[in-house]
Amino acid sequence: MKSYVTGAVSALAIAASSAAIAGPEAEVLHYWTSGGEAKSVAVLQKEFADNGGTWTDMPVAGGGGDAAMTALRARVLSGNAPTAVQLKGPAIQEWYEEGVLADISAVAEANGWADVLPASIAGHMKCEGTWCAAPVNVHRVDWIWANAEVLKANDIAMPTTWDEFNAAASTLQAAGIIPLAHGGQSWQDATVFEAVALGILGADGFRKAFVDLDKDTLTSDGMIAVFDQMRTMRGFVDPNFSGRDWNLATAMVMNGEAAFQIMGDWAKGEFMAAGKVPGEDFLCMSTPGEGFLYNVDSFAMFAVDGDEKKQGQDLLAKLVVGKNFQEVFNLNKGSIPARTDVALDKFDSCAILSSEDMAASSAGGSLLPSYAHGMALRGAQAGAITDVVTAHFNSDMSSADAVQQLATAVANSM
Amino acid sequence: MADISPYTEARPSQAGKIALRWGLYLLLGLFAIFYLMPLFVMVMTSLKSLDEIRTGDLISLPREVTFDAWRTAWSGACTGIQCEGMRPYFWNSMLIAIPGVAISTLLGAMNGYVISQWNFRGANIIFSLMLFGCFIPFQVVLLPMARMLGMMGIAGTIPGLIFVHVIYGLGFTTLFFRNYYVSIPSELTKAAKVDGAGFFRIFWSIFLPLSIPIIVVTVIWQFTQIWNDFLFGVSFSQAGTQPVTVALNNIVNSTTGVKEYNVDMAAAIIAALPTLLVYVVAGKYFVRGLTAGSVKG
Amino acid sequence: MIKWLEDNTPKMVLAPSFIAVLIFVYGFIAWTAWVSLTRSRLLPKYEIEGFIQYDRLFASPRWDTAFTNLFIFGILFIVIAMILGLLLAILLDQNIRTEGALRTIYLYPMALSMIVTGTAWKWILNPGLGLEATVRGWGYENFTFDWLVNPDMAIYTIVIAAIWQSSGFVMALFLAGLRSVDGEIIKAAQVDGIPTWRVYTAIIIPSMAPIFLSAFIVLSHLAIKSFDLVIALTGGGPGYATDLPATYMYAMAFSRGDIGQAASSAMIMMMVVFTIVVPYLYSELRSKDG
Repeated sequence: MKSYVTGAVSALAIAASSAAIAGPEAEVLHYWTSGGEAKSVAVLQKEFADNGGTWTDMPVAGGGGDAAMTALRARVLSGNAPTAVQLKGPAIQEWYEEGVLADISAVAEANGWADVLPASIAGHMKCEGTWCAAPVNVHRVDWIWANAEVLKANDIAMPTTWDEFNAAASTLQAAGIIPLAHGGQSWQDATVFEAVALGILGADGFRKAFVDLDKDTLTSDGMIAVFDQMRTMRGFVDPNFSGRDWNLATAMVMNGEAAFQIMGDWAKGEFMAAGKVPGEDFLCMSTPGEGFLYNVDSFAMFAVDGDEKKQGQDLLAKLVVGKNFQEVFNLNKGSIPARTDVALDKFDSCAILSSEDMAASSAGGSLLPSYAHGMALRGAQAGAITDVVTAHFNSDMSSADAVQQLATAVANSM
Repeated sequence: MADISPYTEARPSQAGKIALRWGLYLLLGLFAIFYLMPLFVMVMTSLKSLDEIRTGDLISLPREVTFDAWRTAWSGACTGIQCEGMRPYFWNSMLIAIPGVAISTLLGAMNGYVISQWNFRGANIIFSLMLFGCFIPFQVVLLPMARMLGMMGIAGTIPGLIFVHVIYGLGFTTLFFRNYYVSIPSELTKAAKVDGAGFFRIFWSIFLPLSIPIIVVTVIWQFTQIWNDFLFGVSFSQAGTQPVTVALNNIVNSTTGVKEYNVDMAAAIIAALPTLLVYVVAGKYFVRGLTAGSVKG
Repeated sequence: MIKWLEDNTPKMVLAPSFIAVLIFVYGFIAWTAWVSLTRSRLLPKYEIEGFIQYDRLFASPRWDTAFTNLFIFGILFIVIAMILGLLLAILLDQNIRTEGALRTIYLYPMALSMIVTGTAWKWILNPGLGLEATVRGWGYENFTFDWLVNPDMAIYTIVIAAIWQSSGFVMALFLAGLRSVDGEIIKAAQVDGIPTWRVYTAIIIPSMAPIFLSAFIVLSHLAIKSFDLVIALTGGGPGYATDLPATYMYAMAFSRGDIGQAASSAMIMMMVVFTIVVPYLYSELRSKDG
């Protein structure tokens, strides 16, 4: 496979290089197509150009990257891989195993990545000891967002346990407010599910269930309790939630139609874009329970031939992990820098909280990869879990049945 | 055309007949509303400002008509870092669709001519094999096709996309022409052969001039299929060769930021304009072409 | 030499298309069959492992839903689109003055891709925004139309949108058929005093049998390939209640990196296609030879 791919690529590269202008080049396949994300990519492109590079943009939106991944597979199979691709989680290692990723260890070592990245995040960027991807940011997934005014009017504090959350939600519901803004898309169901699971199972239980896929944990009473809580939460969403985009759910919190939303910190970008102030108009807190679920975006470099493209990959990798880009990009996107040595002066209170929590969880062993966002498991396994979660949430399946199905589905996905 | 309905001049009383007519028009009108509703919603939304969309009713007329969304969709909407709107992608689609339609129609005509008029042993088996090809789900062919395009050196190019569309259009175009030519008596070909006309000459001067109605049908069908294709477009393109459906998807499926529904809708209508135009202009010939025998097995 | 060329020109003209179909349809089906027997994940691999992917497929409740949906959707869609298409064609065939305009209105949805109309349909069917809200706004407070968000009913919204898209095309087929029925026979029937509806049921409709067949084939081809429709309208949801085999396969191959599983579902789909199409091909060939 590998020799075929490189052979075809080299044929193309020779054809291209005779005509191309010298200087680093990169064709970048990504799915950051809108609003703040696109602005952030533009920052990167400008830096790339300032360093003499030629950037070819290849955005493919939709389905949380599904369409982009379709394009990527076709491109790799046709021996025409893009130079750099937005990839994350175990998918990086999977692509590496197919023998199509480039080694960027030289850049990583020259720029001392090992010293500035938290160990668990650096782990995701390595394939069998070599560096194969460049991290862009750290999103926290287990956030709960709230409308400050609504909480105040109903005399409710941010919940610190799931029982408190349920009590608050019932109060709000009685007052005619939608307690939980939610969009019924399977990845959103999974996002809420993993936040609940982290709270109820704890960090160790979460790791056993969603990283190690331990059968006993998957069928434990704790997991039944998690599904019970999901059933309770189902009662707190409005009847129209099916298929709603997450940002529309965020808008419901913003305008006071709903009180809470459980969503990663990209939701903050929505609040900020609407001119809302954290701590005043909206509140951010980690969902009840200990721990920190991270979702790290990154770029992987594909094996290509041609000096210009290789220079392009090196330059891109260097810039992506560079301090300047990490700051600007994350200010736009709502996440925090993957590097630990970026000053957070310009960041808001939620980002600072996120950064502090990340350091604390990293020290305490509760810094965990998000399963719902493809950081913990291979696609097939994560997908199998999500199928059960979303089927349970959208039907009247009992928690006991859900747990059984979960174990079966996971076993079937191996 | 419309004169073949003598049986509608029925006998019942004059009043009953008028009531029946009114009922008929009412029914047809109701169906028309059903068919027009989505288009109506799209057009209305594209003419509203974002504020009005947020506050107003979905189906209501715009209080203030604005064409800003159309302008943005055509030349200003951003996908990724480029803010060129739909315009560049529109031309890509043209570059793919026009040759794709022309080549697959011509090949279909030749194939149909051979199969129906130069029947040799095995021709029907070949035909049925080609027909079965119409039904293959496109998701199945994505990966092996990617590999083939790579080997042929046309991966990610417009010729590559044209090639894919021609291959998977062949089944239907051949079917259309074969079913059309099958009703032309084979004596015609025989007589021409006796007069010394060769294979291509008979095709060119006898069959092609007879084929206008079915060419219209085939062109409409193929143009719609190719123009509206998303799956091949997203899989077999690269930066610079993406068709308009991919651009539309990028605009509509943005995951963050304010959803500009008016721009989405304007973009959707712009993407659909060429096919709409084809249907409106050539729709009459479409039914006529089908009437001319193409649908009869 | 020239004689040989003359004799073989037809075959040579057909050959490129035939070879292309052999490779790009049958070759690819064979490839898929092969891959369905492997443990391919992110990219295809070629070591045969047996029928494990089929075991996984049949053990998956999601595949069950998708496969059942194919039949619910397929049957309803084909039957209703055909009846509606025939009805519209008969109505339009009554010397309607505005026939040209109406025909275009009924036909235009075929021109639009579902990526285009999906958003509009999503709005119209959404209880909070669309039809339900509007009708309630008119004062009918009890009006409910929440199929889109109801897991048991959502598949029917897919049927509605699909019918909207394709029934105009079926109408065009039938209209063409009505126009080519021999006028003499009808006149003769009317001279005999047979009522109009009897003329339709006893003479015209039976004479259009080949058109029913063509319509059936076009519609089943659309039903099996329905993909954009589901993605644009429900994304397979609520839950995975509106999954179809095509979307199942796509999800496995491209978002989950489970190509072996996708290939096995593709093979099952191909078998369904086969059982529908082969009888058609058989009759198609017989009508030619016989």
